[in-house]
Amino acid sequence: MGFSEADLTAIWLTLRLASVTTLLLLLLGTPLAYWLARTRSRWKGPVGALVALPLILPPTVLGFYLLIALGPEGPIGRLTLSLGLGTLPFTFWGLVVASLLYSLPFVVQPVQNAIESIGARPFEVAATLRAGPWDCFFTVVLPLARPGFLTAAILGFAHTVGEFGVILMVGGNIPGVTRVISVQIYDHVEAMDYDQAHSLSLAMVIFSFLVLTAIYSFHHRRKTGGGRYGL
Amino acid sequence: MAFKARFYLRQTDFTLDLDLSLPTTGVTALYGPSGAGKTSLLRLLAGLQRPEAGEVTFRDQVWQAGRRFLPPHKRPVGFVFQESSLFDHLSVRRNLAYGMKRAARAPDPAQYDHIIELLGIGPLMDRAPGQLSGGERQRVAIARALLVRPQVLLMDEPMAALDTARKKEILGYLERLKSELNIPLLYVSHNADEVTRLADHLVVLDRGRLRVQGPIRQVLADHDILGSLREAPFTALFGRVVSPSTTHRLTEVAVGDTLFRMPRQPVRKGQDIRLHLHARDVSIALHRPEDSSILNIFDCRIEAIEEPTPDGQQLVHLRREGTTIQALISAYSCAELRLRPGREVYAQIKALSILQ
Repeated sequence: MGFSEADLTAIWLTLRLASVTTLLLLLLGTPLAYWLARTRSRWKGPVGALVALPLILPPTVLGFYLLIALGPEGPIGRLTLSLGLGTLPFTFWGLVVASLLYSLPFVVQPVQNAIESIGARPFEVAATLRAGPWDCFFTVVLPLARPGFLTAAILGFAHTVGEFGVILMVGGNIPGVTRVISVQIYDHVEAMDYDQAHSLSLAMVIFSFLVLTAIYSFHHRRKTGGGRYGL
Repeated sequence: MAFKARFYLRQTDFTLDLDLSLPTTGVTALYGPSGAGKTSLLRLLAGLQRPEAGEVTFRDQVWQAGRRFLPPHKRPVGFVFQESSLFDHLSVRRNLAYGMKRAARAPDPAQYDHIIELLGIGPLMDRAPGQLSGGERQRVAIARALLVRPQVLLMDEPMAALDTARKKEILGYLERLKSELNIPLLYVSHNADEVTRLADHLVVLDRGRLRVQGPIRQVLADHDILGSLREAPFTALFGRVVSPSTTHRLTEVAVGDTLFRMPRQPVRKGQDIRLHLHARDVSIALHRPEDSSILNIFDCRIEAIEEPTPDGQQLVHLRREGTTIQALISAYSCAELRLRPGREVYAQIKALSILQ
């Protein structure tokens, strides 16, 4: 069992895509999660539903609308064209945009839950100790919600690695640009090259298992262990 | 130079509608039954909650007026919450440093040491909040609030979550705080013991409205207020030590013209003290008991008798010259002795405590 040159290219591309997506999602998803966790606005319900939509929708539906929106006639496509960036479908950054949407709930929801579970009190305590909202976020919310952020990062990364349908719709199958592991496996199977498909598939199974083991044992340890403080 | 506040806030169970002028010295107790709006008032003052309409002026600073709303982190208050509010991810030392670092004027080392010593938390510095007892946690929280050098300290039932022993311990620390630090304290409580021990000024709230406020001596002298609010009925008496220790090793305290005697207390002659009389420690006899071990027996007149409680007890208001005390006796005895207003009886006081 081994990986071909093409397999390694696909693995490298997948890891790059997942890393960029996870990083951007933590940056963009955190304010959204914070707002959802703290707001009393009547928009909380609809916005929360919108964030959760990729959990339910078939990836092809998401990919279809993205293809239209990002294409030369779509609103985002027109914007990127006018900025001289060309159109995003069938490029690496097109995949990033698609993955951001696809993995959004996997990052926003754990962070939102973690912030909600802190409760209102620490925010109030920080305020009465002269910490403004930003200060409070970095010195109180971030440390207290750290397990949630860790879970969000791991889930966002792993879920992006496992992406297939959206990629096929938006990115097609261009080696080194949009051919990620799942697409590579699909190719191997199409070509009846089951040995190659086995290696990559098994690697994915092991990877996913390790990721989930890490998350579950981490949460278990937090529930049972105590006396950890002073980051 | 007062602490003026006007709030209007509709809550689900009551509407808060207050217009207050609070003192900016000493200890002010916000007292009342649960659901009276005490905690809401404190949170509104700190800016943790926004009223539908409100104005707050502290000394010469405007905290809230019209559209102006000073956010909580910009108000010069210290706040102690009901339950433990320490940051779990920081050690005691770093919890204390959290507010201190951000305070407009940090305490100097001598003040820091004084506060640590006052609350007795020196040995706890490197512990995690999870390793502290409830009482220790509250002491750290009080120190943390003091170390931002607030211009007023707001405390929301800081002992509500503690057992009786821990309460006593914290109460002792609060008394030291009161006598040694010159900082106005606003203290929410529905515990009459705490209030009479600590407060100089009493603000009584009921269902979101002000019932009465004033110097504690004056408010407590008013019968109706006390009668409707107590959970464990009691009388607070203001007296002066006549003799700290007689030949029989008793302490004598004069309240008006009445002389109270009790086992020797660590007090000085001429000292002003507060005596606390639980109604359950007062019993009634029709004739003066001749051979009783009870030290304090006074002739009084029954002023009023309240309706029996569901558990068969009746509160009897007794008057002796200018002083009023209450006795909690069984409805059975009340009927058996044929007690009624105007009747002359003898009050036997089994126990009294000195508060200061």
